[in-house]
Amino acid sequence: MKPAPFDYIRAETREDALAALSEHGEAARILAGGQSLLPMLNMRLATPSVIVDTYRLSRAAQIREAGDAVEIEAGVTQARLLGWDGLAKALPLFAKALPWVGHAQTRARGTVCGSVAHADPSAEIPLCVAVLGGEVVLSNRRKSRKVASGEFHIGMMMTDRRDDEMLTALRLPRAKPGEGYGFAEYGRRHGDFAVVACAAKVTADSITFGVGGVGDTPVVARWDALDGSALDDALNACAWGLGARDDVHADARMRRDLVRGLGRRAIEAARREITA
Amino acid sequence: MTTLSKDDTTLIRLTLNGREVQGRASPRLLLSDFLRHELGATGTHVGCEHGVCGACTVRVDGVMARSCLMLAMQAEGAQVDTVEGLAPQPDRLSVLQAAFRRHHALQCGFCTAGILMSLDTLLRDEPDADRTRIEEVVGGHLCRCTGYAPIIDAALDAAAELRGGDHV
Ligand SMILES: Cc1cc2nc3c(=O)[nH]c(=O)nc-3n(C[C@@H](O)[C@H](O)[C@H](O)COP(=O)(O)OP(=O)(O)OC[C@H]3O[C@@H](n4cnc5c(N)ncnc54)[C@H](O)[C@@H]3O)c2cc1C
Ligand code: FES
Ligand code: FES
Repeated sequence: MKPAPFDYIRAETREDALAALSEHGEAARILAGGQSLLPMLNMRLATPSVIVDTYRLSRAAQIREAGDAVEIEAGVTQARLLGWDGLAKALPLFAKALPWVGHAQTRARGTVCGSVAHADPSAEIPLCVAVLGGEVVLSNRRKSRKVASGEFHIGMMMTDRRDDEMLTALRLPRAKPGEGYGFAEYGRRHGDFAVVACAAKVTADSITFGVGGVGDTPVVARWDALDGSALDDALNACAWGLGARDDVHADARMRRDLVRGLGRRAIEAARREITA
Repeated sequence: MTTLSKDDTTLIRLTLNGREVQGRASPRLLLSDFLRHELGATGTHVGCEHGVCGACTVRVDGVMARSCLMLAMQAEGAQVDTVEGLAPQPDRLSVLQAAFRRHHALQCGFCTAGILMSLDTLLRDEPDADRTRIEEVVGGHLCRCTGYAPIIDAALDAAAELRGGDHV
């Protein structure tokens, strides 16, 4: 199908985009990489009256290391982050998870911030942001605010973004010595959305464990350095607590099984990688 | 900042396979439809229009792109390469195209233009791409006929030939 008619605004700069949002508010929709929005326009699941095209911001968008954080500006594509030579050291969890985000062809245009803004419950990037405890920077014409990812993602494809705001950057804590990261996913085909995705960050005495694809938003649990049957019990309780539902891809029971199995795999992989 | 109202059209200029071309587009016109219906470049096929099948894959400013997930407006000033640009001469196939022919890597051919554009880009950017990389990139496409094996064989063969080695 084809998109319903809309007015088009091409922003050359962030200021252009914010001015357009302040003028059109709720009627406007930002177009970033288009890898989620265009399918929604084509299927007429979205019928905005104004499209604010921010793709040209990609040219100037930066990946910046600022102290113990990495800042990824709106417009940085998933392919660019995956090819960034600092990735494995600064954001090992992203190095593991990004190859699971769609295909080379969609990562070439799809943006990192666009995935966070889109807030699909099965998306890998919001899951990793949640496990890392990242922050989202939201700006309107006058000011910027920072929101913790857990407060930003409030429901299935629902966020705390206001109509005149754009997600201008993502701030993620850099990996530190003594941490290890793991990621495991099951989908119908590689490149399809996850049925269940699990991400883990571990230290010698703690586990931060996140699940995507089951709840309406990524769900994060924090445990002591559990092992053996205590870890199985924690994963089992977590799996039951997610309120898994049946759909065409998997029933609730299969989803709980996947959380237990992939969860253990992600945590064990993370443990093997704890850096000195 | 450029704006275009939904009822208007504008002139889009871009470089298609090295030639300057132009055509008119309204804001909602997809790049895939602009190529096919405005510019008459019907080599690019359209399967699903939601990014899944890969039939519409082209190269925009050097990177692979689903043309059904781009607006024609977004291609203003861009370098767009499509399957029509692969053959070096009207009566000669590219190394990759010839390998597809030798290996029977197409049957109905509906998926072929998109797969060729992805693989042509891969082999340009990564001449040493191995089977894993090739499978990964072909994984972004659906082919209902071949079962993929001949496509992978053709790509490996073309990669070897482009590196100056023997056919596999
Ligand atoms: C075949 C296929 C497979 C895919 N598989 C996966 C997968 O496995 N995992 C996965 O996570 N994703 C997957 N995706 C989606 C992914 O590719 C998208 O890139 C991502 O979800 C959205 O990023 P985008 O830059 O393309 O945003 P767009 O599609 O341009 O925008 C998406 C939404 O976010 C809003 N938005 C974008 N940027 C901003 C901003 N800066 N501020 C405010 N709002 C903004 C838009 O208004 C829109 O509502 C797939 C897509 C396709 C076509
Ligand atoms: S038509 Fe574009 S991906 Fe299927
Ligand atoms: S050759 Fe028929 S779909 Fe691939």
